[in-house]
Amino acid sequence: MKIEAYTVPTDLEEAYQLLQKEDAGIIAGGAWLKLLPKTLVHGIDLSGLKLDTINETEENYTIGSMVTLRQIETHSSLRTYMGGVLQEAISHIMGVPIRNIATIGGTVAGRYGFSDLLTPLLALRANLVFYKKGQITLESYLKEAPKEKDILLQVIIKKEYGKANYTTVKKTANDFPILNVSVMKIGTHFRVAVGARPSVATLATKTMAYLNESKALTEEVIEKAAAIAVEEIKFGSNARGSKAYRTQLCKVLVERGIKEVAYENTN
Amino acid sequence: MKTQIKINGKLRTFEVEPDEYLVDTLRKHHYYSVKKGCDTSSCGVCTVLLDGKPIASCSYLSVKANGHAVTTVEAIEEEATHLAELFGKEGADQCGFCNPGLALTVHAMKKELTDPTDEDIREYLVGNLCRCSGYVSQHRAIKAYMEVRES
Ligand SMILES: Cc1cc2nc3c(=O)[nH]c(=O)nc-3n(C[C@H](O)[C@H](O)[C@H](O)COP(=O)(O)OP(=O)(O)OC[C@H]3O[C@@H](n4cnc5c(N)ncnc54)[C@H](O)[C@@H]3O)c2cc1C
Repeated sequence: MKIEAYTVPTDLEEAYQLLQKEDAGIIAGGAWLKLLPKTLVHGIDLSGLKLDTINETEENYTIGSMVTLRQIETHSSLRTYMGGVLQEAISHIMGVPIRNIATIGGTVAGRYGFSDLLTPLLALRANLVFYKKGQITLESYLKEAPKEKDILLQVIIKKEYGKANYTTVKKTANDFPILNVSVMKIGTHFRVAVGARPSVATLATKTMAYLNESKALTEEVIEKAAAIAVEEIKFGSNARGSKAYRTQLCKVLVERGIKEVAYENTN
Repeated sequence: MKTQIKINGKLRTFEVEPDEYLVDTLRKHHYYSVKKGCDTSSCGVCTVLLDGKPIASCSYLSVKANGHAVTTVEAIEEEATHLAELFGKEGADQCGFCNPGLALTVHAMKKELTDPTDEDIREYLVGNLCRCSGYVSQHRAIKAYMEVRES
Protein backbone atom coordinates (compact mmCIF):
# COMPACT_ATOMS: atom_id res chain seq x y z
CA MET A 1 0.00 0.00 0.00
CA LYS A 2 1.11 3.52 -0.75
CA ILE A 3 -0.08 6.52 1.23
CA GLU A 4 0.48 10.00 -0.17
CA ALA A 5 -0.94 12.14 2.64
CA TYR A 6 -1.67 11.02 6.19
CA THR A 7 -4.18 12.73 8.47
CA VAL A 8 -5.25 11.95 12.01
CA PRO A 9 -8.49 13.96 12.39
CA THR A 10 -9.83 14.75 15.84
CA ASP A 11 -13.24 15.70 14.50
CA LEU A 12 -15.64 13.18 12.96
CA GLU A 13 -17.14 15.55 10.42
CA GLU A 14 -13.65 16.50 9.25
CA ALA A 15 -12.79 12.82 8.85
CA TYR A 16 -16.03 12.19 6.95
CA GLN A 17 -15.52 15.13 4.57
CA LEU A 18 -11.96 14.01 3.84
CA LEU A 19 -13.20 10.47 3.19
CA GLN A 20 -15.49 11.73 0.42
CA LYS A 21 -12.46 12.79 -1.65
CA GLU A 22 -11.33 10.55 -4.48
CA ASP A 23 -8.82 7.88 -3.42
CA ALA A 24 -9.31 8.68 0.25
CA GLY A 25 -9.52 5.75 2.64
CA ILE A 26 -9.75 4.94 6.32
CA ILE A 27 -6.79 3.44 8.15
CA ALA A 28 -7.68 1.50 11.30
CA GLY A 29 -4.97 -0.93 12.47
CA GLY A 30 -3.64 -0.81 8.91
CA ALA A 31 -2.55 -4.46 9.04
CA TRP A 32 -4.74 -5.69 6.20
CA LEU A 33 -4.36 -2.51 4.13
CA LYS A 34 -0.63 -3.11 4.08
CA LEU A 35 -1.14 -6.22 1.99
CA LEU A 36 -3.25 -4.48 -0.66
CA PRO A 37 -1.84 -3.09 -3.92
CA LYS A 38 -3.54 0.23 -3.34
CA THR A 39 -2.65 3.92 -3.27
CA LEU A 40 -4.40 6.12 -0.75
CA VAL A 41 -4.08 9.76 -1.78
CA HIS A 42 -5.58 10.63 1.60
CA GLY A 43 -5.04 8.13 4.39
CA ILE A 44 -7.39 8.92 7.28
CA ASP A 45 -6.24 7.42 10.57
CA LEU A 46 -9.14 7.13 13.03
CA SER A 47 -6.85 7.03 16.11
CA GLY A 48 -7.74 10.61 17.11
CA LEU A 49 -11.50 10.01 17.37
CA LYS A 50 -11.63 8.18 20.71
CA LEU A 51 -13.18 5.05 19.20
CA ASP A 52 -10.96 2.67 21.12
CA THR A 53 -13.04 1.76 24.17
CA ILE A 54 -15.51 -0.95 25.15
CA ASN A 55 -18.50 0.26 27.14
CA GLU A 56 -20.71 -2.11 29.04
CA THR A 57 -24.21 -1.45 30.36
CA GLU A 58 -26.87 -3.84 31.70
CA GLU A 59 -28.24 -4.19 28.16
CA ASN A 60 -25.30 -3.89 25.76
CA TYR A 61 -21.65 -4.01 24.94
CA THR A 62 -20.69 -1.05 22.77
CA ILE A 63 -17.36 -1.68 21.09
CA GLY A 64 -15.61 1.28 19.44
CA SER A 65 -14.47 0.53 15.91
CA MET A 66 -10.79 1.14 16.81
CA VAL A 67 -10.86 -1.45 19.59
CA THR A 68 -8.26 -4.12 18.86
CA LEU A 69 -9.03 -7.81 18.73
CA ARG A 70 -6.77 -8.27 21.74
CA GLN A 71 -8.78 -5.72 23.75
CA ILE A 72 -11.89 -7.80 23.13
CA GLU A 73 -10.32 -11.12 24.03
CA THR A 74 -8.86 -9.74 27.25
CA HIS A 75 -11.84 -7.58 28.30
CA SER A 76 -12.95 -8.52 31.80
CA SER A 77 -16.49 -9.55 30.88
CA LEU A 78 -16.68 -9.65 27.06
CA ARG A 79 -14.00 -12.32 27.14
CA THR A 80 -16.32 -14.69 28.98
CA TYR A 81 -19.61 -13.51 27.49
CA MET A 82 -21.67 -16.42 26.10
CA GLY A 83 -19.13 -18.95 27.23
CA GLY A 84 -16.27 -16.91 25.72
CA VAL A 85 -17.37 -17.32 22.11
CA LEU A 86 -15.71 -14.11 20.87
CA GLN A 87 -12.49 -14.89 22.70
CA GLU A 88 -12.51 -18.37 21.21
CA ALA A 89 -12.94 -17.03 17.67
CA ILE A 90 -10.29 -14.32 18.10
CA SER A 91 -7.78 -16.76 19.58
CA HIS A 92 -7.63 -18.43 16.16
CA ILE A 93 -6.55 -15.22 14.39
CA MET A 94 -2.79 -15.23 13.87
CA GLY A 95 -0.77 -14.35 16.98
CA VAL A 96 -0.93 -11.77 19.76
CA PRO A 97 1.39 -9.28 17.93
CA ILE A 98 -1.15 -8.92 15.10
CA ARG A 99 -4.20 -9.06 17.38
CA ASN A 100 -2.76 -6.02 19.21
CA ILE A 101 -2.96 -4.12 15.89
CA ALA A 102 -6.03 -5.42 14.02
CA THR A 103 -9.29 -3.72 14.93
CA ILE A 104 -12.94 -4.75 15.00
CA GLY A 105 -13.72 -1.85 12.63
CA GLY A 106 -11.25 -3.12 10.03
CA THR A 107 -12.70 -6.61 10.47
CA VAL A 108 -16.30 -5.55 9.90
CA ALA A 109 -15.60 -3.01 7.15
CA GLY A 110 -13.35 -5.49 5.34
CA ARG A 111 -16.27 -7.99 5.06
CA TYR A 112 -13.65 -10.70 4.67
CA GLY A 113 -14.82 -14.12 3.62
CA PHE A 114 -12.06 -15.68 5.73
CA SER A 115 -13.05 -13.94 8.93
CA ASP A 116 -13.13 -15.88 12.20
CA LEU A 117 -14.84 -13.07 14.12
CA LEU A 118 -17.69 -12.16 11.77
CA THR A 119 -19.30 -15.61 12.17
CA PRO A 120 -20.03 -15.41 15.94
CA LEU A 121 -20.78 -11.67 15.64
CA LEU A 122 -23.47 -12.57 13.12
CA ALA A 123 -24.91 -15.25 15.39
CA LEU A 124 -24.90 -12.68 18.22
CA ARG A 125 -26.98 -10.42 15.94
CA ALA A 126 -24.51 -7.55 16.28
CA ASN A 127 -25.55 -4.07 15.18
CA LEU A 128 -23.36 -1.47 13.56
CA VAL A 129 -23.40 2.28 14.03
CA PHE A 130 -22.17 4.39 11.13
CA TYR A 131 -21.59 8.13 11.31
CA LYS A 132 -24.10 9.08 8.57
CA LYS A 133 -26.12 5.92 7.95
CA GLY A 134 -26.85 5.37 11.64
CA GLN A 135 -27.62 1.90 12.99
CA ILE A 136 -27.91 -1.17 10.76
CA THR A 137 -27.61 -4.89 11.40
CA LEU A 138 -24.36 -6.69 10.67
CA GLU A 139 -26.47 -9.20 8.77
CA SER A 140 -27.68 -6.61 6.26
CA TYR A 141 -24.23 -5.04 6.00
CA LEU A 142 -22.67 -8.36 5.09
CA LYS A 143 -25.42 -9.14 2.58
CA GLU A 144 -24.95 -5.99 0.56
CA ALA A 145 -21.83 -3.90 0.06
CA PRO A 146 -22.58 -0.31 1.00
CA LYS A 147 -22.39 2.20 -1.84
CA GLU A 148 -21.61 5.32 0.15
CA LYS A 149 -18.35 5.92 1.98
CA ASP A 150 -19.08 6.13 5.70
CA ILE A 151 -17.27 5.69 8.99
CA LEU A 152 -18.11 2.75 11.23
CA LEU A 153 -18.18 4.06 14.79
CA GLN A 154 -19.37 1.17 16.94
CA VAL A 155 -20.37 -2.44 17.04
CA ILE A 156 -23.20 -3.10 19.49
CA ILE A 157 -23.89 -6.47 21.03
CA LYS A 158 -27.15 -6.78 22.92
CA LYS A 159 -26.67 -8.86 26.04
CA GLU A 160 -28.49 -12.15 25.87
CA TYR A 161 -28.20 -15.25 27.95
CA GLY A 162 -27.61 -18.62 26.45
CA LYS A 163 -24.97 -20.97 25.17
CA ALA A 164 -22.67 -20.49 22.21
CA ASN A 165 -20.22 -22.52 20.21
CA TYR A 166 -17.53 -21.62 17.66
CA THR A 167 -15.60 -24.13 15.60
CA THR A 168 -13.08 -23.39 12.91
CA VAL A 169 -11.08 -25.71 10.70
CA LYS A 170 -7.63 -24.50 9.62
CA LYS A 171 -4.70 -26.35 8.09
CA THR A 172 -2.27 -24.56 10.40
CA ALA A 173 -2.83 -22.25 13.36
CA ASN A 174 -1.75 -19.17 11.33
CA ASP A 175 -3.79 -19.93 8.23
CA PHE A 176 -7.20 -18.66 7.17
CA PRO A 177 -10.11 -20.94 8.02
CA ILE A 178 -11.39 -23.50 5.53
CA LEU A 179 -14.79 -23.22 7.20
CA ASN A 180 -16.15 -21.97 10.49
CA VAL A 181 -19.47 -22.36 12.26
CA SER A 182 -21.06 -20.67 15.24
CA VAL A 183 -24.20 -22.09 16.87
CA MET A 184 -26.05 -20.35 19.68
CA LYS A 185 -29.04 -21.20 21.80
CA ILE A 186 -30.82 -18.27 23.41
CA GLY A 187 -33.69 -19.53 25.56
CA THR A 188 -35.34 -22.04 23.26
CA HIS A 189 -34.12 -20.37 20.07
CA PHE A 190 -31.21 -21.50 17.94
CA ARG A 191 -29.00 -19.41 15.67
CA VAL A 192 -26.56 -20.87 13.20
CA ALA A 193 -23.93 -18.87 11.29
CA VAL A 194 -21.47 -20.27 8.77
CA GLY A 195 -18.33 -18.46 7.56
CA ALA A 196 -15.33 -18.90 5.29
CA ARG A 197 -17.54 -20.71 2.76
CA PRO A 198 -15.17 -19.19 1.35
CA SER A 199 -17.41 -16.16 0.89
CA VAL A 200 -18.50 -13.97 3.79
CA ALA A 201 -20.39 -15.39 6.80
CA THR A 202 -24.13 -15.91 6.58
CA LEU A 203 -26.96 -16.99 8.86
CA ALA A 204 -28.53 -20.37 8.07
CA THR A 205 -32.06 -19.02 8.36
CA LYS A 206 -33.97 -22.11 7.16
CA THR A 207 -31.96 -24.30 9.53
CA MET A 208 -32.74 -21.93 12.39
CA ALA A 209 -36.47 -21.92 11.53
CA TYR A 210 -36.53 -25.72 11.36
CA LEU A 211 -34.79 -26.08 14.74
CA ASN A 212 -36.98 -23.48 16.37
CA GLU A 213 -40.16 -25.14 15.14
CA SER A 214 -39.11 -28.64 16.18
CA LYS A 215 -40.84 -29.86 19.32
CA ALA A 216 -38.06 -32.16 20.52
CA LEU A 217 -34.39 -32.12 19.69
CA THR A 218 -33.83 -35.71 18.65
CA GLU A 219 -30.82 -37.12 16.76
CA GLU A 220 -32.99 -37.14 13.62
CA VAL A 221 -33.92 -33.48 14.03
CA ILE A 222 -30.28 -32.50 14.48
CA GLU A 223 -29.26 -34.50 11.42
CA LYS A 224 -32.05 -32.98 9.37
CA ALA A 225 -31.06 -29.47 10.53
CA ALA A 226 -27.49 -30.06 9.33
CA ALA A 227 -28.82 -31.37 6.03
CA ILE A 228 -30.93 -28.22 5.61
CA ALA A 229 -27.87 -26.08 6.39
CA VAL A 230 -25.78 -27.59 3.60
CA GLU A 231 -28.69 -27.28 1.23
CA GLU A 232 -29.39 -23.62 1.91
CA ILE A 233 -25.81 -22.35 2.16
CA LYS A 234 -23.71 -21.75 -0.93
CA PHE A 235 -20.17 -23.11 -0.73
CA GLY A 236 -17.25 -22.62 -3.09
CA SER A 237 -13.75 -23.90 -3.74
CA ASN A 238 -10.41 -22.18 -3.26
CA ALA A 239 -6.80 -23.17 -2.56
CA ARG A 240 -7.71 -24.20 0.99
CA GLY A 241 -10.57 -26.56 0.29
CA SER A 242 -13.06 -27.72 -2.29
CA LYS A 243 -16.78 -27.06 -2.32
CA ALA A 244 -17.41 -30.77 -1.61
CA TYR A 245 -15.04 -30.73 1.39
CA ARG A 246 -16.65 -27.58 2.81
CA THR A 247 -20.10 -29.10 2.40
CA GLN A 248 -19.06 -32.16 4.41
CA LEU A 249 -17.34 -30.05 7.06
CA CYS A 250 -20.38 -27.83 7.45
CA LYS A 251 -22.69 -30.78 8.03
CA VAL A 252 -20.45 -32.15 10.79
CA LEU A 253 -19.76 -28.78 12.45
CA VAL A 254 -23.43 -27.76 12.49
CA GLU A 255 -24.41 -31.08 14.05
CA ARG A 256 -21.71 -30.85 16.68
CA GLY A 257 -22.52 -27.19 17.37
CA ILE A 258 -26.21 -27.91 17.95
CA LYS A 259 -25.39 -30.78 20.30
CA GLU A 260 -22.91 -28.65 22.22
CA VAL A 261 -25.32 -25.80 22.89
CA ALA A 262 -28.52 -27.82 23.15
CA TYR A 263 -28.49 -28.82 26.74
CA GLU A 264 -27.86 -26.12 29.34
CA ASN A 265 -27.21 -22.39 29.68
CA THR A 266 -23.74 -21.17 30.62
CA ASN A 267 -24.60 -17.63 31.75
CA MET B 1 6.23 13.44 8.76
CA LYS B 2 7.80 14.34 12.08
CA THR B 3 7.36 11.41 14.46
CA GLN B 4 8.48 11.23 18.08
CA ILE B 5 8.91 7.80 19.60
CA LYS B 6 10.34 6.91 22.98
CA ILE B 7 12.59 3.97 22.13
CA ASN B 8 13.99 2.01 25.06
CA GLY B 9 13.38 5.00 27.31
CA LYS B 10 15.01 7.56 25.01
CA LEU B 11 12.91 10.10 23.08
CA ARG B 12 13.83 10.02 19.39
CA THR B 13 12.54 12.23 16.59
CA PHE B 14 12.39 10.90 13.04
CA GLU B 15 11.21 12.14 9.68
CA VAL B 16 9.15 9.25 8.27
CA GLU B 17 7.14 8.64 5.10
CA PRO B 18 3.36 8.23 5.61
CA ASP B 19 3.58 4.63 4.37
CA GLU B 20 6.74 3.68 6.25
CA TYR B 21 6.52 0.74 8.64
CA LEU B 22 8.02 0.71 12.11
CA VAL B 23 10.40 -2.16 11.36
CA ASP B 24 12.00 -0.09 8.58
CA THR B 25 12.26 3.06 10.68
CA LEU B 26 13.86 1.12 13.52
CA ARG B 27 16.34 -0.69 11.29
CA LYS B 28 17.21 2.54 9.45
CA HIS B 29 18.19 3.96 12.83
CA HIS B 30 20.34 0.95 13.72
CA TYR B 31 17.96 -1.07 15.91
CA TYR B 32 19.12 -4.19 14.10
CA SER B 33 17.78 -6.62 16.69
CA VAL B 34 14.38 -5.98 15.08
CA LYS B 35 14.41 -8.47 12.22
CA LYS B 36 12.60 -8.36 8.91
CA GLY B 37 11.13 -11.74 7.99
CA CYS B 38 7.88 -12.42 6.14
CA ASP B 39 6.87 -8.73 6.06
CA THR B 40 3.20 -9.82 6.27
CA SER B 41 2.84 -10.12 10.05
CA SER B 42 2.90 -13.90 9.88
CA CYS B 43 6.28 -14.82 11.39
CA GLY B 44 6.78 -12.56 14.43
CA VAL B 45 10.52 -11.88 14.03
CA CYS B 46 9.79 -8.14 13.82
CA THR B 47 7.97 -8.11 17.19
CA VAL B 48 8.59 -5.08 19.41
CA LEU B 49 6.62 -3.86 22.41
CA LEU B 50 4.40 -0.82 21.91
CA ASP B 51 3.50 0.61 25.31
CA GLY B 52 4.41 -2.81 26.71
CA LYS B 53 2.33 -4.87 24.27
CA PRO B 54 3.80 -7.05 21.53
CA ILE B 55 3.08 -5.86 17.99
CA ALA B 56 4.28 -6.92 14.54
CA SER B 57 6.35 -3.87 13.58
CA CYS B 58 6.25 -4.85 9.89
CA SER B 59 2.51 -4.12 9.86
CA TYR B 60 2.46 -1.04 12.06
CA LEU B 61 2.87 2.33 10.41
CA SER B 62 5.66 4.40 11.97
CA VAL B 63 3.42 7.50 12.20
CA LYS B 64 1.07 5.52 14.41
CA ALA B 65 3.88 5.13 16.96
CA ASN B 66 4.08 8.92 17.37
CA GLY B 67 3.83 9.70 21.09
CA HIS B 68 4.19 6.05 22.12
CA ALA B 69 6.92 3.97 23.76
CA VAL B 70 8.67 1.23 21.81
CA THR B 71 10.80 -1.45 23.45
CA THR B 72 13.31 -3.60 21.60
CA VAL B 73 15.17 -6.55 23.06
CA GLU B 74 18.13 -4.35 24.12
CA ALA B 75 15.95 -2.83 26.84
CA ILE B 76 15.16 -6.18 28.45
CA GLU B 77 18.76 -7.38 28.47
CA GLU B 78 18.58 -9.10 31.86
CA GLU B 79 15.42 -11.08 31.04
CA ALA B 80 16.66 -11.92 27.54
CA THR B 81 19.96 -13.17 28.94
CA HIS B 82 18.11 -15.36 31.42
CA LEU B 83 15.92 -16.73 28.63
CA ALA B 84 18.99 -17.31 26.43
CA GLU B 85 20.61 -19.32 29.23
CA LEU B 86 17.51 -21.47 29.50
CA PHE B 87 17.47 -21.88 25.71
CA GLY B 88 21.09 -23.07 25.91
CA LYS B 89 20.28 -25.48 28.71
CA GLU B 90 17.39 -27.00 26.78
CA GLY B 91 19.24 -27.07 23.44
CA ALA B 92 16.67 -24.66 22.03
CA ASP B 93 19.03 -22.23 20.32
CA GLN B 94 19.63 -22.77 16.65
CA CYS B 95 20.07 -19.91 14.16
CA GLY B 96 18.76 -17.32 16.63
CA PHE B 97 16.93 -15.20 14.06
CA CYS B 98 13.60 -15.46 15.91
CA ASN B 99 15.10 -14.88 19.37
CA PRO B 100 14.69 -11.09 19.78
CA GLY B 101 11.02 -11.11 18.74
CA LEU B 102 10.32 -14.25 20.72
CA ALA B 103 12.05 -12.90 23.84
CA LEU B 104 9.88 -9.76 23.72
CA THR B 105 6.67 -11.75 23.30
CA VAL B 106 7.66 -14.10 26.12
CA HIS B 107 8.51 -11.08 28.30
CA ALA B 108 5.03 -9.61 27.64
CA MET B 109 3.41 -13.00 28.23
CA LYS B 110 5.08 -13.33 31.63
CA LYS B 111 3.61 -9.99 32.66
CA GLU B 112 0.17 -10.89 31.34
CA LEU B 113 -0.39 -14.52 32.32
CA THR B 114 -0.19 -16.06 35.74
CA ASP B 115 0.29 -19.79 35.99
CA PRO B 116 -0.26 -20.49 32.29
CA THR B 117 -0.90 -24.00 31.04
CA ASP B 118 1.12 -25.54 28.19
CA GLU B 119 -1.79 -24.70 25.93
CA ASP B 120 -1.90 -21.05 27.12
CA ILE B 121 1.81 -20.68 26.32
CA ARG B 122 1.48 -22.29 22.89
CA GLU B 123 -1.53 -20.15 22.07
CA TYR B 124 0.18 -16.92 23.14
CA LEU B 125 3.25 -17.70 21.03
CA VAL B 126 1.50 -18.92 17.90
CA GLY B 127 2.51 -15.76 16.03
CA ASN B 128 6.24 -16.20 16.69
CA LEU B 129 7.59 -18.77 14.27
CA CYS B 130 10.99 -20.45 14.50
CA ARG B 131 12.41 -21.22 11.06
CA CYS B 132 14.59 -23.97 12.58
CA SER B 133 11.35 -25.37 14.09
CA GLY B 134 12.86 -25.85 17.56
CA TYR B 135 9.49 -25.56 19.22
CA VAL B 136 9.65 -28.43 21.72
CA SER B 137 12.93 -27.39 23.32
CA GLN B 138 11.93 -23.72 23.16
CA HIS B 139 8.73 -24.61 24.95
CA ARG B 140 10.64 -26.34 27.77
CA ALA B 141 12.90 -23.31 28.18
CA ILE B 142 9.99 -20.86 28.11
CA LYS B 143 8.10 -22.91 30.68
CA ALA B 144 11.11 -22.73 32.98
CA TYR B 145 11.34 -18.98 32.36
CA MET B 146 7.66 -18.58 33.22
CA GLU B 147 8.32 -20.59 36.40
CA VAL B 148 5.36 -22.80 35.59
CA ARG B 149 4.61 -25.13 38.44
CA GLU B 150 4.23 -28.73 37.40
CA SER B 151 0.93 -30.13 38.62
C1 LIG C 1 -1.51 -11.50 7.70
C2 LIG C 1 -2.91 -11.44 8.21
C3 LIG C 1 -3.60 -12.61 8.48
C4 LIG C 1 -4.91 -12.58 8.97
N1 LIG C 1 -5.56 -13.75 9.27
C5 LIG C 1 -6.82 -13.72 9.74
C6 LIG C 1 -7.51 -14.92 10.08
O1 LIG C 1 -7.01 -16.03 9.97
N2 LIG C 1 -8.79 -14.81 10.54
C7 LIG C 1 -9.40 -13.60 10.68
O2 LIG C 1 -10.54 -13.55 11.10
N3 LIG C 1 -8.77 -12.45 10.37
C8 LIG C 1 -7.51 -12.48 9.89
N4 LIG C 1 -6.88 -11.31 9.56
C9 LIG C 1 -7.66 -10.07 9.53
C10 LIG C 1 -7.62 -9.27 10.81
O3 LIG C 1 -8.28 -10.00 11.81
C11 LIG C 1 -8.35 -7.91 10.61
O4 LIG C 1 -9.68 -8.17 10.28
C12 LIG C 1 -7.72 -7.06 9.54
O5 LIG C 1 -6.35 -6.90 9.78
C13 LIG C 1 -8.40 -5.70 9.42
O6 LIG C 1 -8.23 -4.94 10.58
P1 LIG C 1 -7.29 -3.65 10.55
O7 LIG C 1 -7.52 -2.89 11.79
O8 LIG C 1 -5.91 -4.06 10.21
O9 LIG C 1 -7.96 -2.84 9.32
P2 LIG C 1 -7.28 -1.93 8.18
O10 LIG C 1 -6.29 -2.71 7.40
O11 LIG C 1 -6.84 -0.63 8.74
O12 LIG C 1 -8.61 -1.65 7.30
C14 LIG C 1 -9.25 -2.70 6.59
C15 LIG C 1 -10.37 -2.08 5.73
O13 LIG C 1 -11.43 -1.60 6.53
C16 LIG C 1 -11.65 -0.20 6.33
N5 LIG C 1 -11.98 0.36 7.64
C17 LIG C 1 -11.29 0.16 8.79
N6 LIG C 1 -11.91 0.75 9.83
C18 LIG C 1 -13.03 1.34 9.32
C19 LIG C 1 -14.09 2.10 9.91
N7 LIG C 1 -14.12 2.39 11.22
N8 LIG C 1 -15.09 2.55 9.09
C20 LIG C 1 -15.07 2.26 7.77
N9 LIG C 1 -14.10 1.55 7.16
C21 LIG C 1 -13.09 1.09 7.92
C22 LIG C 1 -10.34 0.32 5.74
O14 LIG C 1 -10.52 1.49 4.99
C23 LIG C 1 -9.90 -0.87 4.90
O15 LIG C 1 -10.58 -0.88 3.67
C24 LIG C 1 -5.56 -11.32 9.14
C25 LIG C 1 -4.86 -10.13 8.90
C26 LIG C 1 -3.55 -10.16 8.45
C27 LIG C 1 -2.83 -8.88 8.21
